[in-house]
Amino acid sequence: MSIPAASPPLAPAPRPTPAVEVLSAEKTYPNGTQALLPVDLTIEEGEFVTLLGPSGCGKSTLLKMVAGLLEPTDGRLHLWRKPVAQLDESGKKMAFVFQSPTLMPWASVQTNVRLPLDLAGVPRAEADARVTEALALVGLSKFANALPRALSGGMQMRVSIARGLVTQPDMLLMDEPFGALDEITRHKLDADLLDLWRKKKLTVIFVTHSIHEAVFLSSRVVMMAARPGRVVEEFCIDAPYPRTADFMVSPEFSRYAKLLQDSLLRASVDTEETVA
Amino acid sequence: MSTPFPSAPMASPVVTAHPAAAPRSAPAPVAAKPAAKATPKRPPLMAQPRVQRVVYPVLVGLVLIALWQGLVTAMELPPYLVPSPILMMKTLFTDWAALGGSLWVTVKITVLAFVVATVAGVLISFLFVQSKRIETALFPYAVLLQVTPIVAVAPLIIIWVKDPTASMVICAALVALFPIISNTTLGLRSVEPDLQSYFQLNRATRLQTLLRLRIPSALPYFFGGLRISSGLALIGAVVAEFVAGTGGQGAGLAYQILQAGFQLNIPRMFAALLLISLTGVALFVLMAWLTRVALGGWHASETSHD
Repeated sequence: MSIPAASPPLAPAPRPTPAVEVLSAEKTYPNGTQALLPVDLTIEEGEFVTLLGPSGCGKSTLLKMVAGLLEPTDGRLHLWRKPVAQLDESGKKMAFVFQSPTLMPWASVQTNVRLPLDLAGVPRAEADARVTEALALVGLSKFANALPRALSGGMQMRVSIARGLVTQPDMLLMDEPFGALDEITRHKLDADLLDLWRKKKLTVIFVTHSIHEAVFLSSRVVMMAARPGRVVEEFCIDAPYPRTADFMVSPEFSRYAKLLQDSLLRASVDTEETVA
Repeated sequence: MSTPFPSAPMASPVVTAHPAAAPRSAPAPVAAKPAAKATPKRPPLMAQPRVQRVVYPVLVGLVLIALWQGLVTAMELPPYLVPSPILMMKTLFTDWAALGGSLWVTVKITVLAFVVATVAGVLISFLFVQSKRIETALFPYAVLLQVTPIVAVAPLIIIWVKDPTASMVICAALVALFPIISNTTLGLRSVEPDLQSYFQLNRATRLQTLLRLRIPSALPYFFGGLRISSGLALIGAVVAEFVAGTGGQGAGLAYQILQAGFQLNIPRMFAALLLISLTGVALFVLMAWLTRVALGGWHASETSHD
């Protein structure tokens, strides 16, 4: 703990402020279940990091701790060198996209997207302008006045992403956002997400249990394992962006997928031994 | 997709697997297609669920009335035992001066009680959801209120409260109160957890969460409570009138039934009964309409019909 504090502020090569620092954060539930063993993880600005692992590996728990929705039992989490609860002081913003669209069923698409601005007290005219912009980004301008139930699952997810983008966040946390969608819609949304990430220079932390999705999207994959939830390995996916459908059928893609697959197998073998 | 259905020998596998691929050559086997195509267009009047919902119950009603009239005529039942529907309607018109006034009294008590129960019920629910402790401490008393028969409590209330209208309104409101409390409390607590987290992430204040999330989430439950309570308010009003038994000016339909019973004026009794039932039906229809207006666009209970 004392080392970062001791490092001089005028270091010769000033490294950019990391977006996320997880410092031995762990989570144990009151009943003794270890949801997550201590994790150390640094995420630089502009990275696209995927947390990949089977159910129960604590990937959602880790993401929710980064968001401040869950408190770590021990350890700390910093966002732009500030504790999660004081993110506002850093002048940075984050947005969270849930597994389900979590829209208000009684409100129009436009009202749903405007929600974070309304909660923050942004004046109506400015808010409306930003909502229009966000809806255009996800290609839903025509559906501003529709109710969520009139939209397909994929479109509802787009609304959810637009609601995330409307605050112009620096970081997007996504908890298996496309897990409930069919594969075709999912590929489309994955590609669109990559576009947005590059266009808006976002930092993205993306939770998934799909190896292919992880390889396609990420600049770095954090492999996790279950019982107890923990980080086992990290992989850099060095394929250049923009990544297209061609990337998905390239030998390089298969090589990465195999690498992750093997890692996942090793991790689950460990688990079975622990259980036995 | 490509598996043919071995259990359906009538349909040719090719057509079953790709109904869209052979639209011109598709003969009889695809039975589902023309039906599916016809639904978006306007079906014949009697096939519309909207029309059916009115026509079917009305038909049943007409048959029952005809049966009733027929039995009374055929068995020559005296009107002081079972009046015929025609006689009942006649009485309704001839005695309208008395019955109409009574109807107004009963409706007034019912509506007042319903409004009081709604306002009080909603306020109590808001109190309950403020903290689990308050709810734990007070909920048993709400149940106590609900399970104590109003007939047993009504005499006390009528003694304590001087004004007869006020006392009857209190009785009826007590009967109608519980469903509003329990439903609204449940509704205010039934917020989608992720949506709640989203509000929390965006640093929403308590008031913002209440206005933008809890209240809209509670509306379907609240309206469910209203529907039950409207009927209970009428029952409560009639029971209170029975117990109070006030005569003269300001006597409700229950009083008319009591009086008609004493005088063996059974047709008038039936007419008063009919008015009470109609009031209940009117209340129910009004509540259903209100629910549809409030939730029509978005809630599954109102959108799945059509």
